[in-house]
Amino acid sequence: MPKRTDIHKILLIGSGPITIGQACEFDYSGTQAARALKALGYSVVLVNSNPASIMTDPTLADATYIEPLTPEIVEAILRKERPDALLPTLGGQTSLNLALALHEKGVLEELSVELLGANVEAIRKAEDRGLFRECLKKVGVEAPRSFYLDNLDQLEQARNEIGVPCILRPAYTLGGGGASLVTQPEEFEPFVRNAVRASPMGEVLIEQSLLGWKEYELEVMRDKADNAVIVCSIENLDPMGVHTGDSITVAPVQTLTDREYQVMRRAAVDVIREVGVETGGCNIQFGVDPSRGQMVCIEANPRVSRSSALASKATGFPIAKIAAQLAVGLTLPEITNDITGCTPASYEPSLDYVVVKIPRFAFEKFPGAVKRLGPSMKSVGETMAIGRTFLEALQKGYRSLEQGYDGLDDRHRGEYDGSEEKLTIPTPERLFFVKYALQDGMSVQKASELSGIDPWFVNQLHRLAHPPEDPMQRQRMGLEPTAKVNYLAVDTCAGEFPARTPYFYSSAESSGDWTPLEGRKVVILSSGPNRIGQGVEFDCMCVQAAQALRARGLEAILVNSNPETVSTDYDISSRLYFEPITRDSVASILEREQPEGVILQLGGQTPLKLSHHLKAPILGTQPEAIDATESRERFAQLAEELGLNIAPGGIARNIAEARVVARELGYPVLLRPSYVLSGSAMRVLLDDADLERWYPWAEKAAEGHEVLLDKFLEDALEVDVDALADGTDVRLIGVMEHVEEAGIHSGDSACSIPPRALSALQIAQIEEDLRTLARKLGIVGLMNAQYGVRGSRLYLLEVNPRASRTVPYLCKAFGIDFVALAVDLMLGRKLSDLPPWDLNLPYFAFKEVVLPWKRLEGMDPLLGPEMKSTGEVMGIDTEPGGAYLKALLASGHRVKLGGRAFISVRDEDKRAVVPLGKRLVKLGFTLLATDGTADVLRKSGLEVEVIGKLGEPDHAIARMTRGEISLVLNTPSGAERKRDAADIRMAAVACEVPLVTTLEGAQNVVEAFERYARGPLEVRSLQEWHRMRTPVAV
Amino acid sequence: MNKGVLLLEDGTRFEGELFGHPGPAFGEIVFNTSMSGYEEILTDPSYRRQVVVFTNPQMGNYGITLEDGESRRPWVEGVIVREQSPSPSNWRSRLSLRKYLEEHRVAGLAEVDTRALVRHIRDHGAQRCAIGPAGQDLMEALKAQPSMVGLGLAEEVTCEQPWRMGKGPHRVAVLDLGVKMGILKELASRDLELEIYPAGTKAEAILSTRPHGLVLSNGPGDPSALTHIIPEVKKLVESGLPTLAICLGHQLTALSLGARTFKLKFGHRGGNHPVSCSHTGKVEISSHNHGFAVDPDSLPPELEATHTDLYDGCLEGFRHRTLPVQCVQYHPESSPGPRDSLYLFDWLKEQLHAQTH
Ligand SMILES: Nc1ncnc2c1ncn2[C@@H]1O[C@H](COP(=O)(O)OP(=O)(O)O)[C@@H](O)[C@H]1O
Ligand SMILES: Nc1ncnc2c1ncn2[C@@H]1O[C@H](COP(=O)(O)OP(=O)(O)O)[C@@H](O)[C@H]1O
Ligand SMILES: [Mg+2]
Ligand SMILES: [Mg+2]
Repeated sequence: MPKRTDIHKILLIGSGPITIGQACEFDYSGTQAARALKALGYSVVLVNSNPASIMTDPTLADATYIEPLTPEIVEAILRKERPDALLPTLGGQTSLNLALALHEKGVLEELSVELLGANVEAIRKAEDRGLFRECLKKVGVEAPRSFYLDNLDQLEQARNEIGVPCILRPAYTLGGGGASLVTQPEEFEPFVRNAVRASPMGEVLIEQSLLGWKEYELEVMRDKADNAVIVCSIENLDPMGVHTGDSITVAPVQTLTDREYQVMRRAAVDVIREVGVETGGCNIQFGVDPSRGQMVCIEANPRVSRSSALASKATGFPIAKIAAQLAVGLTLPEITNDITGCTPASYEPSLDYVVVKIPRFAFEKFPGAVKRLGPSMKSVGETMAIGRTFLEALQKGYRSLEQGYDGLDDRHRGEYDGSEEKLTIPTPERLFFVKYALQDGMSVQKASELSGIDPWFVNQLHRLAHPPEDPMQRQRMGLEPTAKVNYLAVDTCAGEFPARTPYFYSSAESSGDWTPLEGRKVVILSSGPNRIGQGVEFDCMCVQAAQALRARGLEAILVNSNPETVSTDYDISSRLYFEPITRDSVASILEREQPEGVILQLGGQTPLKLSHHLKAPILGTQPEAIDATESRERFAQLAEELGLNIAPGGIARNIAEARVVARELGYPVLLRPSYVLSGSAMRVLLDDADLERWYPWAEKAAEGHEVLLDKFLEDALEVDVDALADGTDVRLIGVMEHVEEAGIHSGDSACSIPPRALSALQIAQIEEDLRTLARKLGIVGLMNAQYGVRGSRLYLLEVNPRASRTVPYLCKAFGIDFVALAVDLMLGRKLSDLPPWDLNLPYFAFKEVVLPWKRLEGMDPLLGPEMKSTGEVMGIDTEPGGAYLKALLASGHRVKLGGRAFISVRDEDKRAVVPLGKRLVKLGFTLLATDGTADVLRKSGLEVEVIGKLGEPDHAIARMTRGEISLVLNTPSGAERKRDAADIRMAAVACEVPLVTTLEGAQNVVEAFERYARGPLEVRSLQEWHRMRTPVAV
Repeated sequence: MNKGVLLLEDGTRFEGELFGHPGPAFGEIVFNTSMSGYEEILTDPSYRRQVVVFTNPQMGNYGITLEDGESRRPWVEGVIVREQSPSPSNWRSRLSLRKYLEEHRVAGLAEVDTRALVRHIRDHGAQRCAIGPAGQDLMEALKAQPSMVGLGLAEEVTCEQPWRMGKGPHRVAVLDLGVKMGILKELASRDLELEIYPAGTKAEAILSTRPHGLVLSNGPGDPSALTHIIPEVKKLVESGLPTLAICLGHQLTALSLGARTFKLKFGHRGGNHPVSCSHTGKVEISSHNHGFAVDPDSLPPELEATHTDLYDGCLEGFRHRTLPVQCVQYHPESSPGPRDSLYLFDWLKEQLHAQTH
């Protein structure tokens, strides 16, 4: 069937900010879809609130909306654009839920917008756990015993029918949001109540526990003609009970016989048919009883998922691209497999290698959070490794994590105490403990019983625990990272046909598929697995650079190990190496390719760390500049030499020195280890006790480098600045004023352009500072700096001689590809050769962040100098209030006027809170406050109710739980460490009440609320906004 | 560790470690791209006189079940793998791959760069090969082995005596040219009574038992070498009985009606080839194992192509325009492989039903 000609314009919905459970895999899928639809001649309208994505690059779609992903806003876009169809299956659960909401509102019908990919009935059948079970029954596939609870009255009945242990799964959530495991009878009731709250529909499936069963996933593609193929089979190394997103997973399936696998394959196809997913990619999960082989189906996702991204990268089958093509009527046999160039897409890839995915966690950032894996996802990123054998891939995977592992090494030896718990409790380190246990003589069988990990995998670990002497064998097991490797092709067909697409992985195999690439070549090092502080924004820039290089006639070679990304799509670069970004791995690639240069400055901290070890010319800023700024000590010297104003500080190499420095400076001081990203282990110290407690921690994070102590600038405005430099000149590309004060990491702070508080003089001063620095350091390409501003005084906080995470946001706000310009500079052009731009925009663009509090129970949701956010959104509007309101909505805040606002601020903020209180009252809020705050508010004539003390029935937490509070403003002081303030904030997060912890934040929030009160927001595409920019005469 | 070597007819050598029987073993080297199902492959009689390279690098993971075999013994001459699993894991596993090969004196070579080997076979074609201990000179013995072209092998693997299997209202005669258990099981599970005949059985002998339908099975070797069987197949096919022919049976049917067969460069062996079917208009992901194929341009007018391989355009099935005869080159019974094509067995059953009602 040819493509449909009755539709012309298609709306694609993205998945919004990166959160735990929904990461950049949907940038990959949205980008592929947009490109595929454009290539077929459709007009593409795209909406996503996340500016740090490639899919929102305004050249990709005909109209690109960076707007909040709420039903109201998407409805406004539909009314404005009047597309013929909506494709909701490529933007994760967010997009699917929005499509359902719009259908329910009747908007789709009213505007005759057709749903492509999956119809409402299919979405319901797959998402509604009850309907899904009926589908399973119809096609004779078993499901776990279960009880569907849509009313809390059924609690007792459910307890009787299913019993404990059981698993609770709220309907319509993603990444296992709210899923929980009940192992103790007394947990049953509270857990069920929680789960009911977590489901948007208040419905929960209570299921027989399949803990310890084997878990599998299949990725299915189906077309209109009912052709169905399984793109990839995935086996979880961690047994059921650990969310697949948090499991180490392996492709293809390793421990099923063909007979069992084919039963599963058939079941998958039958289920997808019954659910009625007409076209596109689906993900379906199974559990298998390891003792008897009984197979049950756990769930199906009628959309492209995180696992689809993994499957695409693992096999070379571009699931999202093809899903988009199928959605507009093409069939699988009509589509060509790009990799072979000669075979159709209606096939099942055959792998002659093993793929291992390893999740990356961020527990070190959240000291209070419970470090135990379960059915609800907690990882913030993942890495994938390809090897010819399982061990080769596994070892490479651990290296790719960029946590300093040399494979499954002995790093955690000291934590292994021989207790069985280390194996029975799933943690990120469990596999290490299994190895240590085997080393200490535990039998494979015992280790397998305790961990629930299949004996086949444990046996492999046993080989690692008792490694052979033979060097060849060691190499093949991935024990020798410096071994000479060959590059093999990911070819979809196990070598049966020659591959055309150069997608490579390394192996200690005796020969490879590699052939030289002709032309001028540049290698771009990307940023590896997502982590807090280094996420999709860096991948976005690497993709922009690859595109820029290729547009300038050069060959771009990408290196990355993150399967969720756009950069690891085989058609983004001229050549892709799916490899760890480590010294040995990169050295080997450079030796092969002999490129004319390497670009390091776009991949965040990961490539910078390698700067001294690369035997190839580095394009742009040289390693010396990196050292001069990364070492906090050298940076302080440099600033002094250049006469730049920085906060007073001193250096410590041990705690004794630290004590002296801190006393000289006077508290509060800020601890800052060198060579870290996103403020790792940075801490504000209020007194000596703090110093004793936190210094050792910072010392460890600095990994042998020195630790700096700075005078902490209180009540300072923070400004983030990005600029382009050509070695002699500098031009600012964005001066972003933070919403939160200095002391809150720049990555966690909301910020806005164009500047409103800074004077033209100050901006000129900043540009001059950076020019001085850039000249001194020879910075070529992108650079970033942060300033603290107190009154007219500017304090330079730090300089990064590389692209920062805000660059993609600036690109989207300005409509200028600053990364491409940086590439020009790196290739030797001068700033004076580039077209000019004006920093003043005729509109406002706010960036707001998304924090993972809800996922990580036990945390005090408080911001500080260490970054904690996972993602970001942008809001654009003609006025600041509107732009911030959009940003708030986009980051998931529930904006509601006229409820109760709870205010509790520290003494310094008491006076400034009065005008805010007045504005809130005007907006219809009733004020609640703690004693001191209430006093101040009352004195200025406001009516305030004093809230009860902790433990009293009308205490803030109790009232929040009862849904009586709709805004919390709590600025912590020394009381930061007082438990009750922390508890209030945690409760706010748990109850999804907007929480503001700084006065600056509150100002902006009130401004946004005032905008909200004035009526609906207007939507405008980036292309429209960009046309409003004033052209600058050359 | 026993060092071993694989020697190809063109002189190329691959080193590895012997497991199973140390050899020397000889055969035609072929590769299979299935990611599971090695037990079925080893025991499939169609692999007679062949050495199989598995592209899947981790082999033997689930051991040998002794339940999933396609016959009672392995037929391959040798097995070449990247890595063989020392200790299998599966609730049905009975013994390890290594043990199984040892017991049946089948040569195995592990730790081989199988991807390089596959690339070589892909570029230079299937050819004779030998597996043996590293020091041994195998070339002379290799050269003494027959080539696959011109080699009739069905009688080396067929049953000795006619036998029966299954129960049901319809009787189907199966000409065993090396039949896989998978085919018999699919038929029997459709309530058919099977009478299985040795490859050399005359058509008259079969037809005189008045079966309701016929199945011509898969099998090894060069179809055109089976000159004494081809005329018998012609008689069977033209008897007018509903007939399903698979693989070698498909090739013999084509030959008997005047078409030609030829040897493919390296054949089709795996579980992922898309085959489009003109009856259903759909694509089946199918299980393949064939080194020869029917030349579609040579089909006589009474035959109509029905199935085509979308990878290389290879003819994968045809039917008779006037008689109830359906032939497929690939394996609708899968084992191993995707079970997308079972409708062909249903077709036979429907034909039988139609004939008797
Ligand atoms: N009945 C069960 N018993 C034990 N663990 C389960 C059960 N059902 C699901 N799980 C675990 O919980 C995880 C999340 O469940 P799933 O239905 O896949 O939710 P999500 O929509 O978040 O992917 C699974 O990956 C699996 O490990
Ligand atoms: N002297 C200071 N006074 C107040 N806040 C500071 C000071 N120095 C740094 N900060 C805060 O700490 C955050 C992180 O510090 P920074 O040096 O930028 O680390 P990173 O390298 O992780 O970006 C900054 O964004 C800023 O909010
Ligand atoms: Mg799941
Ligand atoms: Mg910073």
